[in-house]
Amino acid sequence: MLLETNGLTRRYAGLVAVDNVDLALKPGGIHALIGPNGAGKTTLFNLLTGLVMPSEGQVRFQGTDITALPAHRRTALGMARTFQNIRLFRSMSVLENVLTGAHSKLSTGLLPTVLRLKSFRAEERAAVAQARAALELVGLEAQAALPAGSLPYGDQRLLEIARALVSRPALLLLDEPAAGMNPAETVQLAALVRRIAQTGTTVLLVEHDMGFVMGLSDSITVLNFGRKIFEGTPAEVRAAPVVVEAYLGARLAARLRASHAATLEVADGPRA
Amino acid sequence: MTLPAWLDDLLWTYQTLIHSLGINGLLALAMYVVLACGQLSLGQAAFMGLGAYSGALLTMKAGLPFYLVLPASCVAPVAFALIIGVPTLRLSGVYLAIATIGLGEVLRSAYLNIDALGGALGLNGIPERAETWMIFALLALSLTALVLVGRSRFGRAMEAMREDPTAAAAMGIDVARYHLAALVTSAVLAGIAGCLAAHQSSFIGPNEYGFEPAVTILSFALLGGIGNPFAPIAGAWFLTLLPELMRDLPELRLALNGIIIVLAVLFLPHGLLGWRMRRTPEKLAGGAR
Repeated sequence: MLLETNGLTRRYAGLVAVDNVDLALKPGGIHALIGPNGAGKTTLFNLLTGLVMPSEGQVRFQGTDITALPAHRRTALGMARTFQNIRLFRSMSVLENVLTGAHSKLSTGLLPTVLRLKSFRAEERAAVAQARAALELVGLEAQAALPAGSLPYGDQRLLEIARALVSRPALLLLDEPAAGMNPAETVQLAALVRRIAQTGTTVLLVEHDMGFVMGLSDSITVLNFGRKIFEGTPAEVRAAPVVVEAYLGARLAARLRASHAATLEVADGPRA
Repeated sequence: MTLPAWLDDLLWTYQTLIHSLGINGLLALAMYVVLACGQLSLGQAAFMGLGAYSGALLTMKAGLPFYLVLPASCVAPVAFALIIGVPTLRLSGVYLAIATIGLGEVLRSAYLNIDALGGALGLNGIPERAETWMIFALLALSLTALVLVGRSRFGRAMEAMREDPTAAAAMGIDVARYHLAALVTSAVLAGIAGCLAAHQSSFIGPNEYGFEPAVTILSFALLGGIGNPFAPIAGAWFLTLLPELMRDLPELRLALNGIIIVLAVLFLPHGLLGWRMRRTPEKLAGGAR
């Protein structure tokens, strides 16, 4: 297994954001994590990448127990992620952002750096070449010198993907990559994610755009109220009553509330 | 080595001022190193005091030559940086500022109360061994090193963690380690500055390393900017030269300093030298653009 969790739980005061979740991710392919708002998807992402520490349970990555490892160590082991609310280094250039993503792959020490030794120059040159290749993959090579904060929203999402990809991760975690994108951009994004998966990088993504998820994923895990309620292929997920209930339950409740309010209004009418 | 008469004259007349430019430049760099990676750590005056006292004692009591005293005067500031660095790693923003100022005040009252350090009278008669060329050579060396380090993965990591520590950690940057390294570098720079200052003024006292100098050092970087290492030096030189120009109006000097800082914060948010340093090596500049 590439990634495995065992009884992963995160409690906040009075709330269990992630409740006893067991995940098993095989290497290769595109895996999606879906669920209604507040289901715990982002918290689960943060638990996997080490930005939040679990209250209980374990995370194993490529056979190593990484439960106690801080985020930067997990990145060095081959995980990379993007953020739901874009977190680029806005004042740095597009290229410098991608180079920063390669930090864990660079190893030249302080002295060779200050002395500008051959080893330093060779490593930086190789890093710049790889960063440019990553930018080319997402189609941002022409914007390399611009400040990251000046890019349009959709391009910023693509830049986050390039910044994550440049570390050549075994597992790429995308947190709502299509959020805020228009339909044309979403189609391009789906093609990009497919290309990334074809290069052997396993993709785990959180997404609300159901068309995007269903068309792209090899397998889907459904969360609700922090618990895993279903797991299967897109077709199985679409047919599963428990999933439909998790999504439609909320909407039905809203409709019931609305009709209840209408009934009250009618009942109140004659008396007024 | 003979200098032209006019230059010799100038150097002699303004020697103290010229030395202050170099020493305050080093202090500005000490401030820059921590601010450039997003830490509002205000222990530079305390580091300077440790460098000054330990350097002065090594010269006066142990009789060591200056080329040994100078590196040895970094030991106490670095030790102090490691001691305060680990517990304050969790702090950020104003909390870190308050904690570091507090620790500086603890040292100040220690100098005041330890007889071997001269108490309130301080230490007198320190030999004047800091030469002008030494001060400026060290400043140039530090500045060059910071530019070269800034244009590498280290510089990228520093700017990334200043902008967003969480995202920086997700990029594989060990944020805590970089914070500590920046603090230790700051301690080395400020310690050397303190040692040089002690060996050019012949007298040091506890009040030179308290709250007020800590804020003055911060204002170097505030006024100059932190986008590149030249900026804080420009700020330091501006604030060092200004009082000299205002010599006839001493009562207005402090007020004017304050007004300048307020104006700088309002109208020059990126400082006097507001440009941002590129983070790729210069040889790659053509390819990196």
